[in-house]
Amino acid sequence: MDVVIGQLLTGMSTGSILLLAALGLSLVFGQMGVINMAHGEFIMAGSYTAFVTQQVLGTAGVSLPVALVTGFAVGGLLGVALEATLIRRLYHRPLDTLLVTFGVGMVLQQLARDVFGAPAVNVTAPQWLVGGVELFGTVVPKTRVFILVLATLCVLALTAVLRYTAMGRRIRAVVGNRDLAETAGISSRRTDLTTFFIGSGLAGVAGVALTLIGSTSPTTGQSYVIDAFLVVVAGGLGQLKGAVIAAFALGSLQSFFEYSTTASLAKVGVFLVIVIFLQLRPQGLFSLKTRSLA
Amino acid sequence: MKLSSAVRTAAAAIALSLVLASCGSRAGDPSAAGATSCVDTSGDEIKVGSLNSLSGTMAISEVTVRDSIKLAVKEINADGGVLGMRLRIVAEDGASEPTVFAEKAGKLIRDDCVAAVFGGWTSASRKAMLPVFEDNNALLYYPVQYEGLESSENIFYSGATTNQQIVPALDYLRERGVKSLFLLGSDYVFPRTANEVIKAYAKANGIEIKGEEYTPLGSTDFSTIGNKIRKADADAVFNTLNGDSNVAFFREYSNVGLSAKDMPVMSVSIAEEEIGGIGVKNIEGQLVSWNYYQTLDSADNSAFVAAFKEEYGAKRVTSDAMEAAYTSVYLWKASAEKAKSFDVDDVRKAAAGVSFDAPEGTVTIDGENNHISKTARIGEIRSDGLIYTVWESDGPIKPDPYLKSYDWAEGLAR
Repeated sequence: MDVVIGQLLTGMSTGSILLLAALGLSLVFGQMGVINMAHGEFIMAGSYTAFVTQQVLGTAGVSLPVALVTGFAVGGLLGVALEATLIRRLYHRPLDTLLVTFGVGMVLQQLARDVFGAPAVNVTAPQWLVGGVELFGTVVPKTRVFILVLATLCVLALTAVLRYTAMGRRIRAVVGNRDLAETAGISSRRTDLTTFFIGSGLAGVAGVALTLIGSTSPTTGQSYVIDAFLVVVAGGLGQLKGAVIAAFALGSLQSFFEYSTTASLAKVGVFLVIVIFLQLRPQGLFSLKTRSLA
Repeated sequence: MKLSSAVRTAAAAIALSLVLASCGSRAGDPSAAGATSCVDTSGDEIKVGSLNSLSGTMAISEVTVRDSIKLAVKEINADGGVLGMRLRIVAEDGASEPTVFAEKAGKLIRDDCVAAVFGGWTSASRKAMLPVFEDNNALLYYPVQYEGLESSENIFYSGATTNQQIVPALDYLRERGVKSLFLLGSDYVFPRTANEVIKAYAKANGIEIKGEEYTPLGSTDFSTIGNKIRKADADAVFNTLNGDSNVAFFREYSNVGLSAKDMPVMSVSIAEEEIGGIGVKNIEGQLVSWNYYQTLDSADNSAFVAAFKEEYGAKRVTSDAMEAAYTSVYLWKASAEKAKSFDVDDVRKAAAGVSFDAPEGTVTIDGENNHISKTARIGEIRSDGLIYTVWESDGPIKPDPYLKSYDWAEGLAR
């Protein structure tokens, strides 16, 4: 029994990490149909922001909250720069955006390598996140609890913005039907920029959080970006609700598979389940009800 | 119409590839037939190649190796070169891709006409380069510890083989009273082969294997593995994870409350540069097995460390693979000087028994298998982020890549 609970907690934790990595991706993907392959590198930029912040401020307890804010800004600004210089020339050419953003990702990786060096750097966790809490006979690291809370907060904040602000309504309108939204007087240009800022900013936040459990190196983002794509596709494009459910489902699936088999087999198992699922529901868990033909 | 043009294109492509293939084999033929290579010894300069991943996932480790190769070449040049010739490095990027390594090795040998190549890290990159060096009768100096079970006339292995790293690590654990082990590694050739050796050793020495887990290379989620290790409650963990996975693993390990005191982890792929990235606090007290540490107390090592820091900054650390790469340049120099020639066959013939007072102590090339004899050392990671020797072998251990001298290893080398 405690194995089940233990693995459930592990799954929740893995799920929250997936969710954090996928949240911004889902938003951008859903709104603009842009497959942003540089999303992983935005995560990496967030990680290095956490590192730099810690170097400047010194104490880990102070630098983490500060880094969460600056990480959001750094990720967001990178996103805006990418959108304004390259992506906006490539709307309606999804394959090209895939290649372009892939290239941008590689450039960012090499840039990080030149600036910070190839070896991983260390971001220290604040004292209050060291160690673990014992829950139902399993020890869950405090850092993972923190990430779970952070992911929840991000989802709530994003939901609130989308639901209760004018900006959020504009974003949802453009996601629902770009042409109709424009006819109604919404500047899709500005909305796109805002969406990209928020989506990429969330990648930055994810990057800051991930320094607590993983490495901070030029290739950091690559460890998470594929799984993030899986979450987005399985959840349904641009569907926050879908991303949340898919992230936790995949996390739990991974942890139970891994406990009963091995890590490598579990990965295969999760892929198989996704393939079968997408055969049954190609549109993912949830899909938009829209009259547009796209 | 469309179909016929497709057929025509295909035919053209096949014809072109045939032409290219025949060019390729022509370029390779003379050297394969034993003719002299294209190494140019007429000037006052001779070219050597350095082939390391400067981009991609392995750059993290291999850039440091490139740095120490450059340092060795600089020192040798300042000292008058080799046989009166200055060395010039032709540096290539293997980009962490075995196929790129093979391709660049061919370029260095055939187009740049280098006298020897230094580099490679992953076994996959070495295996990909091996036929290129053999077909062209060229020399590769490979500086990284690896899983053994290989020897090539064209490769000099200056890193440790199994009996100079893994077997001493097991001996040390056994002496400390370890009766059970948990094996954890990345899912590729080195950990899988290393664990075969460990399991054979364990069987012969009454050590129980309580678990064996592999994670995909680059994997960063160790929560389930953490649960499994806690449950297994072995006396020690033998860790053959590679790269960034180590960071995630050791953070998880210390966060779930496991420490070097109750379940020490013996690692064979973590050296000085990786410790900073993992965070000293997360790994303090854990054990590693290598032949060289920055803290070794000898005049040769002090000179090496000082020169390295002088060249690349006081913050940089030196590690086993860097030392082995540095040493391999000097071993090549000594072999060429003994042969009084840069010719590959002459250098190879002269190499047997060549020795060098390396930072790790005196090393000697074993003519039988082109590996070198090295002293094994178990190290403990201390709070300053450096590794200190807690045990060392009585002297240099003769390399035994096929583990022929151990009864329990029978049947491993197939």
